[in-house]
Amino acid sequence: MKKKSEPIVNIIDLNFYYGDTLALKGINFDISEKKITAFIGPSGCGKSTLIRCLNRMNDLIENVRIEGCIKIKGQDIYDPSMNITELRKRVGMVFQKPNPFPKTIYENVVYGPRVLGIKKKSLLDDICEKALTRAALWTEVKDRLHVSALEISGGQQQRVCIARAIAMEPEIVLLDEPCSALDPIATAKIEDMLVELKKDYTVVIVTHNMQQAARVSDFTGFFMMGELVEYDDTTELFTKPKKKKTEDYITGRFG
Amino acid sequence: MKNFFKSGNPYVWLTASALTICLLMICGLVMLIMIKGLGMFWPHKIVSICLKDNVVVLGELVKRESVPYEEDAYRSKLKVGNRDVYGLDFKWINDDDIASMDYPLSAITIERREWGNMYGFLEGLRKDNKTEVVGMDEARELVKESKMLYERIRHIEKKEIGDINHLIEKNRIKLRSLIMQLPSEKLQKKADRVKEKIEALEKTYSEKEALLTELYTEARKKEFIIRLADDSEKVLPVFQVVRMYTPNNMHIVSKMGFYVSKLWEYVSGEPREANTEGGIFPAIFGTVMMVFIMSIAVVPLGVLTAIYLKEYASDNFLSRIVRIAVNNLAGVPSIVFGVFGLGFFIYFIGGSVDKIFFSEALPTPTYGTGGILWASLTLALLTVPVVVVATEEALSSVPRAIREGSYALGTTKFETLWKVVLPQATPGILTGTILAMARAAGEVAPLMITGVVKLAPSLPIDHHFPFIHLERKFMHLGFHIYDVGFQSPNVEAAIPMVYTTTLVLVFTVLTLNIVAIVIRNKLRKKYKTSLV
Ligand SMILES: Nc1ncnc2c1ncn2[C@@H]1O[C@H](COP(=O)(O)OP(=O)(O)O)[C@@H](O)[C@H]1O
Ligand SMILES: [Mg+2]
Repeated sequence: MKKKSEPIVNIIDLNFYYGDTLALKGINFDISEKKITAFIGPSGCGKSTLIRCLNRMNDLIENVRIEGCIKIKGQDIYDPSMNITELRKRVGMVFQKPNPFPKTIYENVVYGPRVLGIKKKSLLDDICEKALTRAALWTEVKDRLHVSALEISGGQQQRVCIARAIAMEPEIVLLDEPCSALDPIATAKIEDMLVELKKDYTVVIVTHNMQQAARVSDFTGFFMMGELVEYDDTTELFTKPKKKKTEDYITGRFG
Repeated sequence: MKNFFKSGNPYVWLTASALTICLLMICGLVMLIMIKGLGMFWPHKIVSICLKDNVVVLGELVKRESVPYEEDAYRSKLKVGNRDVYGLDFKWINDDDIASMDYPLSAITIERREWGNMYGFLEGLRKDNKTEVVGMDEARELVKESKMLYERIRHIEKKEIGDINHLIEKNRIKLRSLIMQLPSEKLQKKADRVKEKIEALEKTYSEKEALLTELYTEARKKEFIIRLADDSEKVLPVFQVVRMYTPNNMHIVSKMGFYVSKLWEYVSGEPREANTEGGIFPAIFGTVMMVFIMSIAVVPLGVLTAIYLKEYASDNFLSRIVRIAVNNLAGVPSIVFGVFGLGFFIYFIGGSVDKIFFSEALPTPTYGTGGILWASLTLALLTVPVVVVATEEALSSVPRAIREGSYALGTTKFETLWKVVLPQATPGILTGTILAMARAAGEVAPLMITGVVKLAPSLPIDHHFPFIHLERKFMHLGFHIYDVGFQSPNVEAAIPMVYTTTLVLVFTVLTLNIVAIVIRNKLRKKYKTSLV
């Protein structure tokens, strides 16, 4: 069993409602720093809802309500005094479908730093190179930085989105099924990259591909019907699941 | 029968026939305008008709039709011109009355500065009370010479005297504002100086006028002698001739050359003869400039309104009412907007501007009267719903995923709007602008009370400081059509002009649209997204 590092996120008694429907019920667990944490579970179980709670993306949806508390580095992010844009700068996010802006690759990556007010060209160039290198895309696009990000392949677009998130130097990177729209080769590239990424960042990834969770993550949470069924070290969870439901799900999928 | 309806074919036919009817009507309209309009510049043959009572008439055949209420009888409409002699430009001739008909090679058409066309034969030239015979080529040279003289006179009249008038007016206003202030020795001195200036200007003015009189006398010295159809002779000063040609003796190539030169005169020249002849350049210019000013006003207004409605206003009863109200504005008759423009822009805003900034010119209004600015703003108000609706649609079509991508990077709503949403909505906004421009370019009614005129003395842009004169009255193609077709003293002669002007208006709108569409497609390509 891997040694648990310091928790960076504490989720305490979290309930989440879309209107009157309860989508997350009494979630309680911690996410460790500089580790990869995976959320698995059948679709509709609330994985996306939970991950979107971590950077308050759900605030953009009307008619939602949240109970309980999420702390990042001990600070309650749902506290009224919390600045949402500051929070989102600290907690980056990559979505299921690649969603690059209709701008050049370069402009996509430096979008965030520009909003932060960085204007110096050399600094932006630097940030761009670093972020793209981390996203394992630099060698592929370094000669095409100024072509539209819409003209590259889906896998590359997704890595541009990852680079775009990393360019903000967040503490936590959230990825919501980042590979579901991609082919196996692109998926493998992103998985390798994630392993590299955890040296510097805390990574939270939602996936419905269990092999992927098993391959890349250190900790895995299994969700079902809005509830956290089991949360454990990945190897532990996949080899010796403690709950019947988890075992059914895993074996069902593995055949 | 039942199967037939079940097959779904009737619905295909129904929709297809609706489309066909629309297309036919539009094509028919465009064809009619094209044929009637484009034919105007072609040199028409001159026919000489000898009637049974031995009267000879000369002119262009315009139209042939069956005589109303009579069977197998036809009549032709002949443009005989020579309005100064016959009083009317046209003559109806029944086929039954015609004895013989031919196309004399030497018959000439003369376009004159006044009184419309003249048809006849060139007999000679009278100079210093002596008559001599001249050929066509010589005559053309003479016309060319006189044209140069004419240009010179025009230059003096319009440019030089215009400039002097402009300066005199400016100094007068200065003088009045000096007099309006409390009298003092210093001001008195200033006023004296201005008075001196005005006097000097007036002196140059009278000099120019003397020069003009001289030039005019010189211009009248040479006269053509023209024999008309009835063998009477008519004296026509060379100076009066704009163009003379023998259409029956023209090669197809020279006819084409003629066509091009007339077309050019039409789009680049100034109108003559109560707008029924000459060119329509000021109207084209006025229309385009008005559309531009309107776009500059309507786009920011419409886009900002739409942004608030779509992005910031919560979706409640009030915002829905506002949205319905905005959409319904498009249904208000345009003349109502004209009246509003007159009351609000001209009397209220224009009047106040005059009181504050142009008080020395009062009671002559500067902005307190119709002008291109007020007309454009009125049209901007009229077309704002189009832009609002299009912009709202464009904003909704920006994928949610793109917005979320931006928010996830810690941007505020405004940053997201400004940096990703708006650029991507630009093609849609431009579509709205195109529609607004098309609507505005064709609108006439509200202009009639907010600043359009039959004949504007000067363009809204010229070489006098500050170069763009938004307070000036202007000419407009749509109004030109109305004026020429329905208000001119010689409606019948002006009919071709109505068609050509319509054609130019359609063409101008088309050009404006194509430019906007090209820009939009460029942007669309740039912001094309892979997301749905
Ligand atoms: N915007 C929304 N409004 C209402 N219900 C939603 C919304 N988004 C998701 N849900 C519901 O919440 C539940 C969890 O959804 P989600 O978190 O997207 O599941 P997952 O990502 O695990 O597939 C689902 O039942 C879904 O129907
Ligand atoms: Mg999901």
